[in-house]
Formats: sequence, structure tokens, C-alpha cells
Amino acid sequence: MLELKHVYKTFNPGTVNEKQALVDLNLSLQEGDFVTVIGGNGAGKSTMLNIISGAYPVDTGTITIGGVDVTKLPEHKRAKFIGRVFQDPMMGTAATMQIEENLALASRRGKRRGLKVGITNSEREQYKEMLKVLGLGLEERLTTKVGLLSGGQRQALTLLMATLQRPKLLLLDEHTAALDPKTAAKVLAATEEIVNRDHLTTLMITHNMRDAIAHGNRLVMLYEGRVVLDISGEEKKRLTVENLLEQFNRVSGSQEADDKLLLS
Amino acid sequence: MDLFSLLNMMPGVAAQGLIWSIMAIGVYITYKVLDVADLTVDGTMCTGGAVFIMLTLSGCNVWVAMLGAFLSGMLAGLATGLLHTACGIPAILAGILTQLSLYSVNLRIMGQANRPISVDQYDLLVSARNVREMGLDNPIVVSLIFAAVTIVVLYWYFGTEQGCALRATGANPNMARAQGINTSFTKVLGLMLSNGLVALSAALLAQYQGFADVNSGRGAIVIGLAAVIIGEVLFSKIFRNFALKLVAVVIGSILYYLVYQVVIWLGLRSDDMKLITALIVALFLSIPYWKKRYFGKKARKGAGASC
Repeated sequence: MLELKHVYKTFNPGTVNEKQALVDLNLSLQEGDFVTVIGGNGAGKSTMLNIISGAYPVDTGTITIGGVDVTKLPEHKRAKFIGRVFQDPMMGTAATMQIEENLALASRRGKRRGLKVGITNSEREQYKEMLKVLGLGLEERLTTKVGLLSGGQRQALTLLMATLQRPKLLLLDEHTAALDPKTAAKVLAATEEIVNRDHLTTLMITHNMRDAIAHGNRLVMLYEGRVVLDISGEEKKRLTVENLLEQFNRVSGSQEADDKLLLS
Repeated sequence: MDLFSLLNMMPGVAAQGLIWSIMAIGVYITYKVLDVADLTVDGTMCTGGAVFIMLTLSGCNVWVAMLGAFLSGMLAGLATGLLHTACGIPAILAGILTQLSLYSVNLRIMGQANRPISVDQYDLLVSARNVREMGLDNPIVVSLIFAAVTIVVLYWYFGTEQGCALRATGANPNMARAQGINTSFTKVLGLMLSNGLVALSAALLAQYQGFADVNSGRGAIVIGLAAVIIGEVLFSKIFRNFALKLVAVVIGSILYYLVYQVVIWLGLRSDDMKLITALIVALFLSIPYWKKRYFGKKARKGAGASC
């Protein structure tokens, strides 16, 4: 479903701030794969999602989604294939617009936007049903401005928006990191439910090793811009946090990531 | 300086305020909806009048000339939009560049710095001469109809799929792109629509005054902002609907002209008005910042005491 081949990305090349974010990155996702991505700060996790979504161009390499080469496509055209939820709850929704307006924008992802009415009444009913699933009471507040919602509510709404038009690929960039533990668990549960219900091919970055192990059928670890661990199937099911840390240290040849990954 | 002479000015205040309100609605689209300060309008506010007068003088029907003015404004918006999106120039600078170039363009269009047009020879839509007449000739009635139609059309447009995409672009461009909206396209579209309206307002103003002048757009952006801000400060608590917010802009524009006339009535010269306008806008723009700053300090102190 997703294919990254020999992808390189360097920020600020030729300056003192040069940073090789992705170095010969190769990754291939099957249809229906739910892959969790871990790695220390600066390992290239977010950069990877950003080059897939088209927020940054790649230096070299190719990206294909569902057989289509999207390497040269601008961000808004790739949006046809991709649903995204960001780390910052402010980023995925338009604060000054109503809940139903945000959903209506999302339901037209990848379609031509003409002079037809922006939201139809039948859509409103549909949105109510979808919001009920989240269990946050948002179905009664369709015309509330999104800016008045809490971070958790906004992330849940963004998740709904990302999956409203079934995406070929769902990208979750630490989408629960900015939430308190209780809300984070709720949003994560909703994620699990939607991904399983719609069999979505998903890439989920997380800082939390326990979440990375508990969710998905495959786990990928990035280190210095490349994939250093790729665990799936039975092996992933048997994985423990200690076990994962041990493997990480072996691959990266250091202990420095222990605290960072465990504590966050 | 008697009160009667002030009252005598009121019909003119209403007419000018309503004509400028269409321009202010254009500024609202860029400043409030798209979140871009577009300085093109200082140029467009002359271009619209210049194009209208030259088309009318060459024998065009007034409605055709109005359409020509609207399209010329859209072209100016297109220029700014392309400088911003295709050339990567910051929006403010892109607007300044177009505005500066429009000075030359406007002189080319008119062939001279000032072009008069007489309501006796041409069938103009509005004229200052009829400001005290009863009936459909009255510029207050005509410009009120123009403002109302503009609001109705924009209310419809911003409810469409495309209009929603435009609003999303201003509200959160990241989110807009993630939802498949080509934000470069929507920005250009918004700038074109805005400048089209400004040019339409300019065409009405040229008819009302009976001339177009190469300097008539100077400071227009600040007048537009003043109308938007006055409307917002007075009505933001009660007017939540988009159409009503545009009505607030119209009222803001009329109030601006009221202040303008009072200032002149008090004996200041109209030349001083640019300074006063700038001060009013600066003051109203600083209020939210000051509020936040002092309110923020208080909140922090309170938190410290409770610990």
C-alpha cells in the first residue's frame, strides 16, 4: 500500500545546521498493516510522515501509495490518499469554524470543491451518528466553534475527519502526546476502533513503548534516519518493553535512549 | 459651526459610508477571512474608478463599465495573488508591489491624473447631486442596494464548498492542505474577489464624486480597516452570523464617515483626516494586545497567591 524506496532528506544542507533526517529509508506497508513507529528525538519519525504527506519534498528516492507514484505530487493532491492527525491539537482543525463545517471540509477531501452548498442536511444527520461513536457528547454541539473544544475533543474530531473519507493511508504523528493520560487512552481506544473497523493501513508514531507494543500488527524503530528494527507477527505479540529496549541498544550501540523512551 | 450644517451633511455621510462599505467588505474578506493584510486596495480603489470612467466616456453602457471595473479589480488581485503564491513574496510586500505598479497603470488608463465625468451627459447610477432627492435616483438608495446584494451574494458564496475552502485557508492553512485544499489557489481567489469588490466600490465613488483621481485610493486600506474594526468592536458580541458581521462592517463604514464629517465640522481640515484615521485604527488594534497583556499579568499574580 505504501512504498518508500531509498529516501534521503537533509535539512539545511551545506550549513553548520546540516541535519541528515532520513538516510536511505526503505519501508513497505501491506494493505491493512497497522504499524507503530518508535525512535528517539531526531530519529526522523516526524520527517518520515511529513515526506509521505508531502509537507516536505524528498531529496532523492520515491514514494508510492497504492501503486501511484506521489513523489512529485503537492501536499493537497496527496491528501486524496492520506488522512492525518497531528501532535498539536490546534493543527488538525479550523478553530474559528464549526464542528460540522470542519467535518464537511474533511468529507470533501480529494474531491472538487464547487459552488454546491457546503453542508447538506443529510450530511448533518450522518455526522451526528459518527460523533456519537466518540462518546464525547459532540453530537449535540454540531454548530459549536472548534476553538471552544478541549485538546482531547479536538484530537478525537481530527481523527474522525481523517477517516471520514476512507484514506488509503492513515498517518498519526504522536497524536496523543499532548493529552493527559486519561484522555490519551480514550483517543487511542477510538483510534484502535476506527482502524480495525475500516481496516485502515496506518502509520502511528508514538513516544510510548507500551502503546507501540500494545497496538498494531507491526513495530518499526527508526534510528538516525533509517529503519533499524522491524518486528511483526508472533514476534511482535511476544514483545515486552525490556526486550524492546535491549534490542534497541544492541542496534544503536548505546544506552542513551533508555530513559528518554521509557519515561516519556 | 452650527448644528444645522452638521445635520445637512448627514445624507452625504450615509451615501459615502455605504459606497465605501463595499470596499470595506472587500478588506474584510482578506483581513478577516483570509488573514492577509492586502495593500493592493490602495491602487485598486483608483483603478476601479479609472476603468469605469474611461469605459463610460468611450460610450459603454454604465453596467458594462461597472463590470469592467469589477474585472480590473480582480486582475489586480490576481497580480498580488500570483506574486504571493507563485513567487513566494510575503503577502504584504506583494500587495505593496502591485499597489505601486497600479499608480503607473492608473495614469496610463486615464491618460492624466484626473478625469471628470458629468452626470448631465452620462446616465450614471449615483451622483452627489441627487443626495437629497427622493426616489431611486438617490445615491443612498442605490448604494444601499449594492451593499445589500453584495452581502447576500457573499453569504451564499461563503456557504458553498469553495467558500468553505476559502475560510478554512484563512483559519488554518495546514489543516486546509491536509484536507486536500489547494491553499495557493484559494488565496488567489480570495484576493481577486476582494479587489473586485474594492474596484466596484471605486466605480460607484467615481460616479458619486463625478471624477476619478490618481490619488483617490491613498490610504484606502486604512479606511477599510477602520470600518471593519469599528464594526467589530461595536457588534462582535451581538452579531455572530456571517451576514450580520458584514452588516456590522457597513455600519462601521457609515460611522467612520460620520466621524469624518464631525471632525471637519469641528474645523479641522480634511487633510488631517488621514492622521486621525491612522490613530483610530492604531488605537483599536492595540486594545486587544493591551487587554491580553494586563489581563495576563493579573492572572499570573493570582496563580502565585493561591500556591
